[in-house]
Amino acid sequence: MIALRIREHALAKRGVSYMLALVWLAVTTLPFLFIIVTSFKSQEESFSSSVWDLPQRIDLSQYESVLHGAFFVYLRNSFFVVGLSVLLIVLLSSMAAYAFARLDFPFGKTLFGLVVAAMIVPIHATLVPIYLLIRNIGLYDTAFALVGPYVAFGLPISIFILTEFMRQIPRELEEAACLDGCGPLKIFWRIYFPLSTPGLATVAIYNAVALWNEFIFAYVLTSTPAHRTLPLAIWDFQGQYTSNVPGMLAVVTMTSLPLIAVYAFGQERVIKGMMAGSLKG
Amino acid sequence: MLLLAVFLLYPLVGSFRLSLLDWNGLGTGARYVGLANWMHLSHDAVFWKALRNNLLLAVFSVLIQLPIALVLAVMLDKAGRGSRVLKLLYFLPLLMSSVAIGVLFKNVYDPNFGPLDVALRAIGLDSLAQDWLGDPRFSLASTIAVICWQNIPFYMILFLAGLSSFPAELGEAARLDGASESTIFWRIKLPHLQGTIRTAMLLAVLGSLRYFDLVFVMTGGGPEHASELMATYMYNKVFSSFQLGYGSTIASAMFLIVALVAAATMRATQRYSQKV
Repeated sequence: MIALRIREHALAKRGVSYMLALVWLAVTTLPFLFIIVTSFKSQEESFSSSVWDLPQRIDLSQYESVLHGAFFVYLRNSFFVVGLSVLLIVLLSSMAAYAFARLDFPFGKTLFGLVVAAMIVPIHATLVPIYLLIRNIGLYDTAFALVGPYVAFGLPISIFILTEFMRQIPRELEEAACLDGCGPLKIFWRIYFPLSTPGLATVAIYNAVALWNEFIFAYVLTSTPAHRTLPLAIWDFQGQYTSNVPGMLAVVTMTSLPLIAVYAFGQERVIKGMMAGSLKG
Repeated sequence: MLLLAVFLLYPLVGSFRLSLLDWNGLGTGARYVGLANWMHLSHDAVFWKALRNNLLLAVFSVLIQLPIALVLAVMLDKAGRGSRVLKLLYFLPLLMSSVAIGVLFKNVYDPNFGPLDVALRAIGLDSLAQDWLGDPRFSLASTIAVICWQNIPFYMILFLAGLSSFPAELGEAARLDGASESTIFWRIKLPHLQGTIRTAMLLAVLGSLRYFDLVFVMTGGGPEHASELMATYMYNKVFSSFQLGYGSTIASAMFLIVALVAAATMRATQRYSQKV
């Protein structure tokens, strides 16, 4: 009797958690369903039918016009800016991390403290001075305008993660690998850099996701579609065709797809990389 | 280091310098006005309203996002392997840019064609259908709801990582001693997660104080500053009304507030963890 009641209780509990799972599933996926269904409707249909109706006929014209527009220019810019920034972040932060983790140099601790403190800077507070700076040095509205600020924002957290990582690499490896003694540069390239691969991957993924979706600096520091990144493709489209809801949602789909595709293939890695952000603060 | 100096330190100092000027950002019209901007800021009702909205966002982030995320994480943790697909779907909002989410929900909230109001009308709740973003009474709440939608998966995964480091033997041992599932959760698992929860709270509060993206995309801080945050107010002052000096004052104030809160919270949690 008692056993039965306990089982009933457990079942009821399980029912509650299934309910929760379903409710949250609905909350998360309904907006996506709305995007997909609507983006396959023609513009007239999106006005005449209810949003909850399936499209009468799959209309691909929105996607066609998006692909024939400047989409690939935005995509190429995103690849360029994010690729170059992540490369620089990985290189610079790993070198700095090696220095912080293994080399004794004057003010090392103080500098590391500053790097940690830099992680809490609200980046929007730097928007105006950076805007003026970029304008003054003539980089305004070029793909390079974004690389400088992006690298600077990515560095503190990356240095922090990699320093922690490199501190755990046993010192004996240096001695074993370089019996006849090598300089710090050689030790870095031969030992610390290759041994840090998992940490470097984490740093690269974290920064790539964050920068791929970055909006406000890209918006302020560039002005023409020829130099803008993907998040701005949505913004520019919205500004031009305020009433074309299916078109807008087709752009949202197209710009979100690259990351979702990457994520579908490397779920665990991406999650691990993005969780690196939880070290912030 | 040089890059950091150029793009972080210089702008911060630059912000303070600019905050002492009255300048429209063009040419040489800059005029030194001393602390006048700071005086003005202290009487600026909109700034205080923005700060209040930031604090509201922080409170609701902690009170809404963290509990939901925790419940979901516990559930996924129990479900084990079968939850892979669920996890994949739950995670989707995190992969979208704020602009994509903002544009998406602007359409969801649309009073004429948006699925939310259409659904409310369909089930006879016409009176509940609202102009969610255009009505000053609802715009802040509506944007906060979307911010929660965007961020809950992050904290969910964070808690999930914390839970996965929970030694299974500990639960087994407690179960053998006759502890019920809820006792195990409240007495053993939750204390185990303490550190993670503290990190999550810190992240939620700091993130809320400097929040910008979704509010900017969805309402721009409007209507009538109803959903204004410090960061959007700063942006509007600089890039819409071209008050570079005053905008920089807001930026500097925001930086000071975030730094103070961060220092205070870190000191508090440090003292707390020393006590435990």
